[in-house]
Amino acid sequence: MRYLPLTDADRAEMLAAIGADSVEALFRDVPRSARLDRPLDLPRAMGEIEVERALARMAAKNMAAGAAASFLGAGVYRHHVPAAVDHLIQRGEFLTSYTPYQPEVSQGTLQALFEFQTQVALITGMEVANASMYDGATSCAEAVMMANRVTRRHKAILAGDLHPHYRETTTTHARFAGFEIVARDPDPAARDDLAPLVDGDTACVVVQNPGFFGHVRDFSVLAEACHRAGALLVVIVTEAVSLGLVKPPGEMGADIVAAEGQSVGNPLTFGGPHVGLFATREKFVRQMPGRIAGQTVDVEGRRGWVLTLSTREQHIRREKATSNICTNSGLCALAFTIHMALLGDAGFTRLAELNHAHAVMLAERLAAVPGVALLNDTFFNEFALRLKRPAAPVVEALAGRGVLAGVPASRFWPDRKDMEDLLIVAATETNTEEDMAAFAQGLREVLR
Amino acid sequence: MSEWSQAIGAFGRQAAAAETISGNRGLMIEEPLLFERDQAGRSGVDLPAPPPVADRLGGLRRAGPTGLPGLSEPQVVRHFTRLSQKNYAIDSGLYPLGSCTMKHNPRLNEKLARLPGFADLHPLQPISTVQGALELIDTLAHWLKVLTGMPAVALSPAAGAHGELCGMMCIRAALDARGEKRTRVLVPESAHGTNPATAAACGFTVDAIPANDRGRVDLAALKVKLGPDVAAIMLTNPNTCGLFEDEISAIAEAVHEAGAYFYCDGANFNAIVGRVRPADLGIDCMHINLHKTFSTPHGGGGPGAGPVVLAQSLAAFAPLPWLVHDQTGFRLVEQAQGVAAQALGRLKGNHGQMGMFVRALAYMMSHGSDGLRQVSGDAVLNANYLLAELGDDLTASFPGPCMHEVLFDDRFLEGTGVTTLDFAKALIDEGYHPMTMYFPLVVHGALLMEPTETEPKEGLDRFIAVVKALAQRAKAGEAAAFRAAPRFTPRRRLDETGAARKPVLRWRPSAAGREAAE
Repeated sequence: MRYLPLTDADRAEMLAAIGADSVEALFRDVPRSARLDRPLDLPRAMGEIEVERALARMAAKNMAAGAAASFLGAGVYRHHVPAAVDHLIQRGEFLTSYTPYQPEVSQGTLQALFEFQTQVALITGMEVANASMYDGATSCAEAVMMANRVTRRHKAILAGDLHPHYRETTTTHARFAGFEIVARDPDPAARDDLAPLVDGDTACVVVQNPGFFGHVRDFSVLAEACHRAGALLVVIVTEAVSLGLVKPPGEMGADIVAAEGQSVGNPLTFGGPHVGLFATREKFVRQMPGRIAGQTVDVEGRRGWVLTLSTREQHIRREKATSNICTNSGLCALAFTIHMALLGDAGFTRLAELNHAHAVMLAERLAAVPGVALLNDTFFNEFALRLKRPAAPVVEALAGRGVLAGVPASRFWPDRKDMEDLLIVAATETNTEEDMAAFAQGLREVLR
Repeated sequence: MSEWSQAIGAFGRQAAAAETISGNRGLMIEEPLLFERDQAGRSGVDLPAPPPVADRLGGLRRAGPTGLPGLSEPQVVRHFTRLSQKNYAIDSGLYPLGSCTMKHNPRLNEKLARLPGFADLHPLQPISTVQGALELIDTLAHWLKVLTGMPAVALSPAAGAHGELCGMMCIRAALDARGEKRTRVLVPESAHGTNPATAAACGFTVDAIPANDRGRVDLAALKVKLGPDVAAIMLTNPNTCGLFEDEISAIAEAVHEAGAYFYCDGANFNAIVGRVRPADLGIDCMHINLHKTFSTPHGGGGPGAGPVVLAQSLAAFAPLPWLVHDQTGFRLVEQAQGVAAQALGRLKGNHGQMGMFVRALAYMMSHGSDGLRQVSGDAVLNANYLLAELGDDLTASFPGPCMHEVLFDDRFLEGTGVTTLDFAKALIDEGYHPMTMYFPLVVHGALLMEPTETEPKEGLDRFIAVVKALAQRAKAGEAAAFRAAPRFTPRRRLDETGAARKPVLRWRPSAAGREAAE
């Protein structure tokens, strides 16, 4: 076996040193009845060639987004990732190291995390950020639980244009951790005003910008309403690239920003692993979940980095920890950091402008198709269309023509009639003029 | 005082003697923060000018610059290459971090995870266009079910701790369905910190069960603690002392008799994979860290994946989405209705850590059922070899055989003035990543070593010789030299107390820099 260096001679020598007759003898503490004496009924070992062939066969059964004209978004976006990103994250020193518990031999990971935290704080307009969460949805749930701790209240109001996966993940936590959720109905037109709902029991209001249906909104007034009532405003961002162009949540008065960072540096990968971003105000930092890198000095007075504020964490606080999270999304956060470093302010802004311009062009084109209505006055790179018939079969038909035409809202609300003909469409810098023409033409034909 | 100790002492006092003009030390190159390399007008990407359009932002355009620094590609590549060189990794050498399973990460798995048919797949594409991806998930599920003997598996959890949450939520949901309000969860003192944190996050109170003098759960004490208000026991097996809970069948029986569930923390499944099926031990529920047992890379702290295998009694409560197979092919059940009516809800976005699934399945198929059996055998053999060879110089906490990791405590350092921390830092200077220190908490000054099965015997022999020599030096009264370690690292010991007292968690422009910018 190519990954196992011990030879039979090694094993014999080692068993002699141990004073055991066989490897099996080392398992003597396992109840006899539970010890298997032969390999389980699964395939036997394979060489690289066979494994590669078997998995490539499965991969070939899928329609890779890059092989089509792809307009899918809804929380996961296909962006161009510079080649240097994947090269650098595959360096063994990053790829095959553990959480940086021994800072003297982990300065690389720690400094990169410190840079990540700074980038996240800068783009969200917040004061501090942690070293990442699993993904945007879990980041959202953790934000709500943090708001509960900060306010010592137990009710969260979730906007109707919050991503349904984020709503459902947060609701699951609410059920088990015992807090209240007021989840508003889906709000494709973004008309819902949440300010009147905020009361003295409200820990936080959770809104998304751009919203699940694409609308871009200013939440400054809502933030004031929250603060007057002693509640926090949590702003969710599922498309991190929007922060290059849209007024950041920090400037709207957000107390916590929970976001999905996949758009920067990370491939689609069928939905995971991705990377949750989490930022807040300095005064709440001791209630923040997750790992945090901090600056310090070594015994020679040189600047260095360590994991810090670990007294919040489970390995110290056990059942009193702020969260049970431990492993986060380190390598995805590194990919984010490297891509963001390559972009810089100029590149990040241009990337966002390019996305917006493509979306505006696409929206105009599609809205001109008979039987299609654009729901949005405002949007960044994603918008909602109302079709003259159910969206799911339209998407299926267009997939047959090599166009991944967006996400039908019925995928999330299969039982709601009012969602049946809604289609959520995203455009990014990767879409060409030909892609857009193919989409418009295909839609025209399918809706005829 | 030996030459070693004198030399180190001198080094410790006169750091200046080692200074260079640049501050670099050969291959150890000082690297500033990205933000300190900023030059306006630089970028590492070339993107076309956006076509002119009337914007649809509703007046909500960002007012000022983000403050992100501008660098070209060569600068970025050099920056992160230099940072990488300040890390120790499995690729650099033995990484005997107990309980973390730092084994070789095969590169084939990286290659396969990047196939466009997996990596360039949107989670919300029409189901007809992702049949191969669902087949891969189904195949992984099959392997996990056969290896554990359990009938169901929940694949969405993103890490071990997330898997714990999933498992304990399943247990709460099952109790709710039974109409029972059980509030207490029993957790051994030696458990990972995530266990009590998870139980608390699921609304349970935590009650610690003591260990016996053999480093295992005290069965008599457990029986006393069991009662009608106990929801579950959370037990790691093999446990964090590196020992198999040899009374596990009696534990399972007692727990079930009390009407409670048996949650197993499967962080150490790598010790028994292919040789023991958790189902045969009476376990109801167990998470598996794909990044430990099945060698998906740790990545400096994730991403991981923590699938949870479930007994029939818990399967109905598994989180969404569910993967089902019918005559039309594979499909996802994404709502709590129909077959999944009792599902506890969703735990994260989308369908799970697909990138990790591809890597784990490639690992499993490479080893096969015969190779996986060899994996656990060699892992246990390597750990027992360390126990046998180091037992005379260090103090083993418990007699062997151990499983995949071996626990020593600091009795061998008694009176030397050297602590477990000092000993670990001295190992760094010898070119090794230290073992896990001060965990588990049940012994004093713990040193927990896990060599894994991917370490050759000659590598272990070298490590053993170094550890023995260090132990002898500690006993020879060279504490000062230990306290000066590490010396050959990019940074020496760091002030963690200061970091926590006055947290600096991000870069900010200096006052001078801000003025210049203005």
